[in-house]
Amino acid sequence: MRKTMTGLLAGIGLMWACGTSAQAQELTIFWAEWDPANYLQELVNEYEAQTGVKVTVETTPWADFQTKAFTEFNAKGSAYDMVVGDSQWIGAASQAGHYVDLTDFFNQHKLNEVMAPATVKYYAEYPSNSKKYWSIPAEGDAVGWSYRKDWFEDPKEMEAFKAKYGYDLAPPKTWAEMRDIAEFFHRPGEKRYGIAIYTDNSYDGLVMGVENAMFSYGGELGDYQSYKVDGIINSDKNVKALEMYRELYGFTPPGWAKSFFVENNQAITENLAAMSMNYFAFFPALVNEASNPNAKVTGFFANPAGPNGEQFAALGGQGISVISYSDNQEEAMKFLEWFIKDDTQKRWAELGGYTASAKVLESPEFQNATPYNKAFYETMFKVKDFWATPEYAELLIQMNQRIYPFVTAGQGTAKEALDSLAADWKATFDKYGRNK
Amino acid sequence: MTSLNTNSRAASHGMSDIRIRNLFIIPTILFLIVFNIFPLIYSLGYSFTDFRASSAAPANFVGLQNYRALLNDPFIWLNFAITAKYVIVSVTGQVIVGFGTAMLLNRDIPLKGLLTTLLLLPMMLSMAVVGLFWKLLYDPSFGIINYTLGLGSFEWLSNPDMALYAVAITDIWMWSPFVMLLSLAGLSAVPKHLYEAAAIDRAGPFYTFFRITLPLVAPILMIAIIFRTMEAFKTFDLAYILTSQPTTEVISIRLYKMAFQEWQTGRSCALAYIVLIMVLAITNIYVKYLNKVKER
Repeated sequence: MRKTMTGLLAGIGLMWACGTSAQAQELTIFWAEWDPANYLQELVNEYEAQTGVKVTVETTPWADFQTKAFTEFNAKGSAYDMVVGDSQWIGAASQAGHYVDLTDFFNQHKLNEVMAPATVKYYAEYPSNSKKYWSIPAEGDAVGWSYRKDWFEDPKEMEAFKAKYGYDLAPPKTWAEMRDIAEFFHRPGEKRYGIAIYTDNSYDGLVMGVENAMFSYGGELGDYQSYKVDGIINSDKNVKALEMYRELYGFTPPGWAKSFFVENNQAITENLAAMSMNYFAFFPALVNEASNPNAKVTGFFANPAGPNGEQFAALGGQGISVISYSDNQEEAMKFLEWFIKDDTQKRWAELGGYTASAKVLESPEFQNATPYNKAFYETMFKVKDFWATPEYAELLIQMNQRIYPFVTAGQGTAKEALDSLAADWKATFDKYGRNK
Repeated sequence: MTSLNTNSRAASHGMSDIRIRNLFIIPTILFLIVFNIFPLIYSLGYSFTDFRASSAAPANFVGLQNYRALLNDPFIWLNFAITAKYVIVSVTGQVIVGFGTAMLLNRDIPLKGLLTTLLLLPMMLSMAVVGLFWKLLYDPSFGIINYTLGLGSFEWLSNPDMALYAVAITDIWMWSPFVMLLSLAGLSAVPKHLYEAAAIDRAGPFYTFFRITLPLVAPILMIAIIFRTMEAFKTFDLAYILTSQPTTEVISIRLYKMAFQEWQTGRSCALAYIVLIMVLAITNIYVKYLNKVKER
């Protein structure tokens, strides 16, 4: 009997020991369901081959990403060790203690010098200019444009365009040119439309879309240091930008009032629109003939300049953060050390991920790898982002509530929409005591 | 007799009535307390605080501030107005279509059983599937509705004035069978001799319907209306999947956004209580009316 008991206890002990060691050899990264997450899984498979640590990239559809991530954070759950979280989350997640402070790691590896400046500013640092870092820039991204080269280069179209507008038909350099081209190609009778823009108001689609116009028109959302918004979000520049966005909406395909990245790629693949707005991360599907029958005739350009020549784009992309409630924080930090290595970043870019490494981005090898990488490189040095304050979600919803009726239904004026938004945002910042 | 046998069998196995009660009723009560009553009380407590589930900050007592802010928020009243409009359109449509279909099926027609079964299919589908399915049907470029009705590229879901009706039409399609089913049960219970007497008295169809059919079916129809009103009041999935128009932002969508996108936990708890009180009030009015109908 004693022998049996001893054997049993030894067995349980062995199982417990093995169990613990097996747990330490596994990491889970949470991200949204899209191609870059698949590329990341391919990349981390190589980490497993090198170290024996199994890394799983667990994904969820974009629509659930924020809710699912924050539900897990709020429950202080250890299901995920790392998250590739949206840039807007950083204020909420860091202040609530969900993210591990990576400032020492950041400084130790001089990531300020290694990563593209905009990615450090928007994906990693919070509060702005505080030199406190919560993420490692992982997937750089910004908004760019795809267009139908065959429509643009058709001699008859080129001739007709020149006769109507007085200049050559080519990828637009300004928003005014883009408006002309959208109008020119907008032919509902032929089921061809001018342009596809973001209009989905359920999260940040419409807001990011409008930001492209606002930032390029020289506008800002507010002062991120003092939280002043009145006179900034409702500036003349932003009013003009919003009016332009509303005008472009008139050249979109019918029923375009709830469109985001999926529909905007479909605009090109289904021969619906001449030009289409989308994040660069969705462009791989457009150069792939399996997913885009027009792949050979699809071209790309960076977000055009505004009336004063300013040229910016809305930032997409995410940084990777270690979750405070993870049982494997040490192992996660080792993974991050591997992830930021030059070779890893180069491989990340080769697999299709958008590295934030300045060195890789600047290399001709990267810029020539795809038809859109050069535009991506240029864009990543002129990007701006939404508020990253903890109450960013309220600000997003308020912006959607104010601008959506104007953009998609022409209700009210751009000035009225933005004045109301300024009042909403001021009230929100007052509520949380942010105004200084 | 059977129950006596069962009791005696239970007793022979040492299962007294008290033990059976403890085994079945106490776990049920515990379950209700843990999963229904405790969260209800807990959330009531939160509704008087500024708690945010996404924040590490503790919940501070703010009294009635959340309730005051919500009741003074014009957006919230707009959400309630949208919900009321949706409930009226949707439930009225379901009653007309459902009761009308039941009247048709309450005759001797061939394949009546098969027809009834087929008509019940929509309400057996999941809301998400119905939403996605109707989104395709309404599509202005390739949707079959515009094609069939010759509406060209008429926009159902992108048109702020039309979107709520589009959602209501989908809901009517899905839930009319429920009203039909209950109405059929009520119609089949109307004594035949009443119709025979009316026929002898040479009563017209209008008189027969309003003096015999409707009063006798009314109590069961009221039950269908109560159920459908409560469901329509808290509708979420259909409106959320089909459109994102501000004109279709019913109160449950606003509540969801406030709770899980903005993480205003305290305030969303207060809103949930306001909605609960409203649903209770409406249901009470209906129940009172139902009792009056029964008494007639």
